[in-house]
Amino acid sequence: MEKQFDFTIVDQILARHPKSEISTIAILQEIQEHYHYLPREIFPYVAREIGIGEARLYGVATFYENFSLDPKGKYVIRCCDGTACHVRGSQAILDTLRSDLGLTDGKKTTDDLLFTVETVSCLGACGLAPAMTVNGEVHPAMTSAKAMEVLKDLRAEIAKEEKGE
Amino acid sequence: MSKLNTRDDLIALRKACKNALSLEKRRIFVCGGTGCVAGGSINIYNRLKELMEERGLPVDVDLVEEVHHDERVGLKKSGCHGFCEMGPLIRLMPQGWLYTKVKLEDCEEIVDKTIIGGELIERLAYKQDGVVYARQEDIPFYKRQTRLVLENTGRVNADSIKGYISVDGFTALEKALFEMTPAEIVNEVKESNLRGRGGGGFPAGDKWASCARQKEYPHYIVCNGDEGDPGAFMDRSVMEGDPYRLLEGMIIAGIAIDSEIGYIYVRAEYPLAVERLREAIRKCEEYGILGDNILGSGKKFHIHINRGAGAFVCGEGSALTASIEGKRGMPRVKPPRTVEHGLFDKPTNLNNVETYANVPMIINKGAKWYRGIGPENSPGTKAFALTGTIKNTGLIEVPMGTTLREIIFDIGGGMRGGTKFKAVQIGGPSGGCLTEKDLDLPLDFDSLKKVGAMIGSGGLVVMDENTCMVEVARFFMSFTQNESCGKCVPCREGTKRMLEILERIVDGRGRDGDIELLEDLADTISNTALCGLGKSAPNPVVSTLKNFREEYEAHIYDKRCPAGVCSKLRRFVIDPELCKGCTKCARNCPVGAISGKVKEPHTIDQDKCIKCGACQSNCNFKAIRIES
Repeated sequence: MEKQFDFTIVDQILARHPKSEISTIAILQEIQEHYHYLPREIFPYVAREIGIGEARLYGVATFYENFSLDPKGKYVIRCCDGTACHVRGSQAILDTLRSDLGLTDGKKTTDDLLFTVETVSCLGACGLAPAMTVNGEVHPAMTSAKAMEVLKDLRAEIAKEEKGE
Repeated sequence: MSKLNTRDDLIALRKACKNALSLEKRRIFVCGGTGCVAGGSINIYNRLKELMEERGLPVDVDLVEEVHHDERVGLKKSGCHGFCEMGPLIRLMPQGWLYTKVKLEDCEEIVDKTIIGGELIERLAYKQDGVVYARQEDIPFYKRQTRLVLENTGRVNADSIKGYISVDGFTALEKALFEMTPAEIVNEVKESNLRGRGGGGFPAGDKWASCARQKEYPHYIVCNGDEGDPGAFMDRSVMEGDPYRLLEGMIIAGIAIDSEIGYIYVRAEYPLAVERLREAIRKCEEYGILGDNILGSGKKFHIHINRGAGAFVCGEGSALTASIEGKRGMPRVKPPRTVEHGLFDKPTNLNNVETYANVPMIINKGAKWYRGIGPENSPGTKAFALTGTIKNTGLIEVPMGTTLREIIFDIGGGMRGGTKFKAVQIGGPSGGCLTEKDLDLPLDFDSLKKVGAMIGSGGLVVMDENTCMVEVARFFMSFTQNESCGKCVPCREGTKRMLEILERIVDGRGRDGDIELLEDLADTISNTALCGLGKSAPNPVVSTLKNFREEYEAHIYDKRCPAGVCSKLRRFVIDPELCKGCTKCARNCPVGAISGKVKEPHTIDQDKCIKCGACQSNCNFKAIRIES
């Protein structure tokens, strides 16, 4: 943490909201949308700016499932494990993705920070069960084979980008 | 567009919009609900637009009231049609045809044959039991529904305020603003006996009346759009498909209880709903339907959107208001109730999306009309999300009091793959399961309570004979355990203990006395937990124990899963009659559990087997079966 954290983005986000406790969740959401996680440096800074205790801010960040204190992968794959998806076999899809990427229930992000695999309680896309999302885009009626196809496409995309750079 | 400053301005705009609508002789609605968007409907929409423009057809995306041209074709992104299983869906007017499972490649044919030629493409129409159903209204899935709250979803452009105005949108708001007193509005809702659609079934009119009575100000209007029950997406469809109706209901509630600020709390998993609502609020502000002087009436109302951050417990009233305040979403002890001390500790009227969406039609058509639908104690309709191992999954709306049999077999088309119906989980993780014997029960708030289930928000997850009920109970318990906020001990510790017991039962380590222990814990938790989440957490276990006790016993005493689902209790065996000794299974077994000579029957070493199923899926002779 020797490097100085650049608060420009955080300042821009703070400027869009009233500086009080009611903005806590919206501010954290926007910070996370930018960084894909909540960097630890933002906590004292944001807490001071909106006038609440650091512990309180930390309490909010750890309470809600969507906030992550660890960096997430470039591609966040969320497997729906809602009831409808569950009874149509979502577990097998999750197992397939995890075993291919070497992830577990405890380890959600690959070491190269390319993929994060999470479960989500319900995407509300139950008519398309089992469903999963990749960076918010819904993939309907999944099977293990289709999930592997999606991974293959994403890897091809990554390879293409690396070549381009 | 200039602001609407008076009621007459709105009436004039409505007339112009209706006129523009009547000039659109042909209209195409491409479903823009989450399901169909995932199936590629936005690309289909763009492709249709491109093709029609290429062919010189004047395309009308929003209602343009100034242009007069009777050759125009309206192309709209509608809300969810509900028939998600068959998506992407396209509705074609004036014929009322519904095209199902439309692909990008079909667009050219649709434009040339149907839109220009007026001809039906039979291949794209819905078929069931050999019958082709061209018109949407004739399809059995739709024919037995009564769509009132969802009347516009699928029928109007979800993005367009003019679209909403053209179908008599905001007429109820006009009436509430200019013809009724706040007390009359509250009374009308009270008279209608509208009951809260979020699960509790508390009379909305009583809530409004007691909130209006509070002396402290400001009063707040809050809309619960944190539809957290897995397997439920009714509110999502309203927010995405008919956002203006929700706003209209909230503004009317605001007038009724003397409130000037409303909040909509939408769960994080519904980005499209947030986007559509934001746009709808922006449009309403631009048109003067939201703001400091609504249609020149002197009334004020503003609406804010709060996005949830992934906490199921925030669907509970006091947790939801805590979350809007920027705090951890944890429930508090009641009383005081939310109407007395709610958001920012002020009087707050909290209803869910579907409840507010019912309000405009009650104001328009009157309480008496509303009470004429459904049974006396639970009038109106209810939207249900129909999912699971059923043929037609999707979103439906039926009068309260409709039986499960009608919903599952007539509308839902029965089990997919011809399997046998086993149970239906109603009310999500707080609800219970109902079985064959309950199928003729009318679905309303009171009848379900009598059999230990609840309507909840309206998720119906249908399960067939291949579902293990113990595993389902474990699934729900792991859900509530994970979502427990941790504030009170019975829920935090109790659900954890119950989950541990269920986990060992499905793993084949169940002990004598486990069933009794589960019952004991369930009883304690439901009596002592702080909020509804905790109190109802044991329901799935209690109701599966009541209906499927023998399945629990089979797991515990015989170490057997009757449905063959629980992997630890499955045994893969090779049928020596069918096995050709091709060695493929042995080569594919990741743990070397299969042995045997070439061209002789193989065997599986049960101690080594990890039940992965690789042998079964690789066998060309169907010689490997599961014994349970």
